Amino acid sequence: MDIKVHVRESDDDAYVVELGGEIDVYTSPKVKDAITELIDQGHYNLVINLEKVRYIDSTGLGVLIGGLKRVREHGGTVNLVCTNPQIKKIFDITGLVKIFGIFDDEAGAKKALA
Amino acid sequence: MNSPEPSTEHLGTVELRIPGKPEWVAVARLAVAAIANRLPFTVEEIEDLKLAIAEACTICIQQGGGIAAIDITCDATTSSLRVDVRDDRYRTLADMGAAKRQSVMAVDGEGLGIFLIQALMDNLEYNATPQYGAQLVMTKRVGA
Repeated sequence: MDIKVHVRESDDDAYVVELGGEIDVYTSPKVKDAITELIDQGHYNLVINLEKVRYIDSTGLGVLIGGLKRVREHGGTVNLVCTNPQIKKIFDITGLVKIFGIFDDEAGAKKALA
Repeated sequence: MNSPEPSTEHLGTVELRIPGKPEWVAVARLAVAAIANRLPFTVEEIEDLKLAIAEACTICIQQGGGIAAIDITCDATTSSLRVDVRDDRYRTLADMGAAKRQSVMAVDGEGLGIFLIQALMDNLEYNATPQYGAQLVMTKRVGA
């Protein structure tokens, strides 16, 4: 089981957190650390790219919700990039599609931050 | 003339014990997926099962506060898979005596885990208290 976390600055003042692998009770602390570090540095507009994520559970969802709550306190937001049907289904079931902006590609997610 | 009831045949029981630590949940998830693969579940149904079992294990770990192990029992029939997930501290309600049961929500963060299991499986029964451990029994029917 693995999780890959790659953070990069976009050319339009947003930060992209690119995740790959499986996000569960074991790996989600690593994702939480990356998001928390960005927010602590004052970056409140984030794109979290889930295109390479094969699996996410409630602890992963909890990390994303926690990040969204924190950036919203500063007027920011979190947009997600997600194309995996199984993961989209989880966002549908939990109603998180109404809370997050979910996009099919990174360009759309970044554009919606502006 | 009524059509005959489809017969259900018991295929087997598989028991698995994993350490009660986050890094072992993936093992339970993959093992149950392999068992489910013996039944005519669709790929999507198997993905549902994987997530539900992982959520049950996570609830056991999160509320257990250092449990030693999680026991998982899978009963496979031709029409369904029943999975019993419990931590090694679990005691039956009778054993709890007068102890007041607490809502599982109190030990499941925002309740997303239980909510997901209920949404993905056809049946769920659970008992969970921080003092007396957790047991979650869930069933997924083929083609339901």
